[in-house]
Amino acid sequence: MSSDVRFTDFKSDKQPTWCPGCGDFGTMNGMMKALAETGNDPDNTFVVAGIGCSGKIGTYMHSYALHGVHGRALPVGIGVKLANPDLEVMVAGGDGDGYSIGAGHFVHAVRRNVDMSYVVMDNRIYGLTKGQASPTSRQDFETSTTPDGPQMPPVNPLALALASGATFIAQSFSSDAQRHAEIIQKAVEHDGFGFVNTYSPCVTFNDVDTYDYFRDSIVDLSEEDHDPHDREAAKEKILEGDKEYMGVIYQDDDSVPWEKREGIDQDMSDIPDGAPDDAMDLVREFY
Amino acid sequence: MPEDLNWAIGGEAGDGIDSTGKIFAQALSRAGRHVFTSKDFASRIRGGYTAYKVRTSVDRVESVVDRLDILIALTERTIDENMDELHEGSVIIYDGERSTMQDVEVPDGMIGLSVPLQRLAEDAGGAIMANVVALGAACEVAQFPIENLDESLEKRFGDKGEAIVENNKEAARLGQQHVQEEYDHEFDYDIETTDEDYVLLNGDEAIGMGAIAAGCRFYSGYPITPATDVMEYLTGRIDQYGGKVVQAEDELSAINMALGAARAGARAMTATSGPGIDLMTETFGLVATTETPLVICDVMRSGPSTGMPTKQEQGDLNMTLYGGHGEIPRFVVAPTSVSECFWKTVEAFNYAEKYQTPVYLVSDLALAVTEQTFPPEAFDMDEVEIERGKVVDEDEIDSWLDERGRFQAHFSAADGISPRAFPGTTDGAHMTTGLEHDELGRRTEEEEVRLEQVEKRQRKVETAKEEEDWDYREFGDEDADALVISWGSNEGAMREALGFLDERGHDVRFISVPYIFPRPDLSEEIEAADDVIVVECNATGQFADVIEHDVLERVQRVNKYNGVRFKADELATEIENTLSGADAGAAEVEAE
Repeated sequence: MSSDVRFTDFKSDKQPTWCPGCGDFGTMNGMMKALAETGNDPDNTFVVAGIGCSGKIGTYMHSYALHGVHGRALPVGIGVKLANPDLEVMVAGGDGDGYSIGAGHFVHAVRRNVDMSYVVMDNRIYGLTKGQASPTSRQDFETSTTPDGPQMPPVNPLALALASGATFIAQSFSSDAQRHAEIIQKAVEHDGFGFVNTYSPCVTFNDVDTYDYFRDSIVDLSEEDHDPHDREAAKEKILEGDKEYMGVIYQDDDSVPWEKREGIDQDMSDIPDGAPDDAMDLVREFY
Repeated sequence: MPEDLNWAIGGEAGDGIDSTGKIFAQALSRAGRHVFTSKDFASRIRGGYTAYKVRTSVDRVESVVDRLDILIALTERTIDENMDELHEGSVIIYDGERSTMQDVEVPDGMIGLSVPLQRLAEDAGGAIMANVVALGAACEVAQFPIENLDESLEKRFGDKGEAIVENNKEAARLGQQHVQEEYDHEFDYDIETTDEDYVLLNGDEAIGMGAIAAGCRFYSGYPITPATDVMEYLTGRIDQYGGKVVQAEDELSAINMALGAARAGARAMTATSGPGIDLMTETFGLVATTETPLVICDVMRSGPSTGMPTKQEQGDLNMTLYGGHGEIPRFVVAPTSVSECFWKTVEAFNYAEKYQTPVYLVSDLALAVTEQTFPPEAFDMDEVEIERGKVVDEDEIDSWLDERGRFQAHFSAADGISPRAFPGTTDGAHMTTGLEHDELGRRTEEEEVRLEQVEKRQRKVETAKEEEDWDYREFGDEDADALVISWGSNEGAMREALGFLDERGHDVRFISVPYIFPRPDLSEEIEAADDVIVVECNATGQFADVIEHDVLERVQRVNKYNGVRFKADELATEIENTLSGADAGAAEVEAE
């Protein structure tokens, strides 16, 4: 690991095909900054993404990376981390990827608390399929497939994480570059599953949850008297539902990552050329 | 005196049928006898008929037969369920003092031994040992030295303390004595013991053992009958070698975790049964197109849908061969016996890494639940070789970097096989994606690159066909006019059937095929035979279809796969070329 890694070292030479002004640019920059700030370099970093605008991130970053199938990025990240705990694993996803098709995996990844970070680019719409309702879309948000709005309440990802036993819950805003990078850095540094829901506005299809909307309504928890180690206080903030908070909402400093509890500390890629020396013992068990 | 003895214990699920059967089977194995076990079970936890059957001989036994010599019947239904297999002289052991068994009528010509199982068990220290009393009685009937049972009891109950073990030994003795004292009958059995050392295990256990031997360190799965034993075997054991079993939230997660572990450089595996393969098929394509080495084990059961979870079928062959959208190179390997479950697992990991493809390891319920004896050398660990393929480290990576210093993880090599750099390797950082990609792993829709990558992935199948020995196992008369071909668990029964056929005057050549894709070319063998019969446990003859397909006259082909539909003028040219024989066989339309 070199000490002189700059965040641009995590940039690939591919030009992003995101729409001009897309919130994902800022989200990605923050991810790269956080990785560099925490002393990682592209060769020890593994970035996993699913499908959609968010899924393209691995192409635009430079690291070991996998662009998988819709909603399944978290299990891939868990597999990478368990197989080689020395790697820094970051999973990126979108609101559809993480809270719709991948909602089951989200709940279980939170429960499992493997030491990795998970950044969801939440734009409250399906962008790459050109503007349908997402699980975080507002109840009355009119789209091509929901002309009267989804008519059901949006998923509250922070509440879902809290209910599943999360040890780190944060929310961020991609356009606030400095705060965003700081928040992701805290998620990376957290010993366990660092979850960051990031408002990452879609300038093409979402004319409700815009940069202006977030700028006007966001409340930075660092400017409030909020103790992220107070689970009750976190619960209150998360369940209030009428405010857009930014910052670390909850962090359990006693968190021990699952793989540590399970005693996983070896790089599993290192195996002998033949069966293990004592492998005949496995056979003798069947006497 | 019969050459082999067929024994069973039957009752309701929850009666301890499995563990009792296993104790007896292990006792026979430890006494140097060959054993072949089978189970009748239903998809329920308690209640319902269930049985554990043991066939034993001093010679190798490879299959089940329709005959029962000794039956321990814990319920009246057990006798009804096995009526077809019972014969004159069969011995039925039951507890006539049990209220539900008082009216048992032993069929004519059979020998009923009413043994007060529960009462004698209480005398030995607890009613829970009733089944062990029955085992003791069975030992007396079979003239099988009861000392052999002791070691099995120690193995089964050793964890629970010396007193429990001693009580069980006593329970067995009381059962034996009861038969000695109360029944003045010469039984036809006299079980011989030998000095041979055998191990007794089933196909799922052999797969798990093969996985550890082959260096598998990561297993993720979701419980499903009849594949769960693979996971249960690995749990705890794989940890001793620095590995881990993860029970995932579903099959989608299981295969994706295994994919992640494999990309991190671990030898990784998941196992499931047909319904789980359906769910995994989404990610199967990703595994294949990202060229990730992964072993996916399908322990087949009766389908479709949830079908009959506890019954045998070989119905998933088409799915493993063709499942998934688009066209994907994959290998399909199908062990034909319990010991082959071990060796084919080792091979599967080598194929996966050498060719950077997913490998379907296709087993079935009959192999999974069959315990069979083998000399330990059948699993000689010194024979296990691990081939990791083109893994490059920091010293070699320079030769795989492009002019701008980027690692070419999907380099279009002549043999179709790219270099692999495990994450953590300096200068190896690269992207890979389920989208069509270039040599650097970056998405592309460029026609030239698409063609190159499709052909590259196909080329490694061609390389494997040339480099590996896709052979078959042969039995019977090599020059016979009748040829029988089978795959999977049918081998044992078919081998024994050869003996019966021989007695009836039929010479048969039998070929058992463990490789579905790539597979041996059987055209010569088929042409040399008058009758060709394909034996398989399914309704439509899925393997027969592929075998038939292999010997058909090949049609000439015009294919296009650059992402653009056929154009009329282009088609005319291609067909003209094909007609003139200029590019016959596999004419491919190149992008302009």
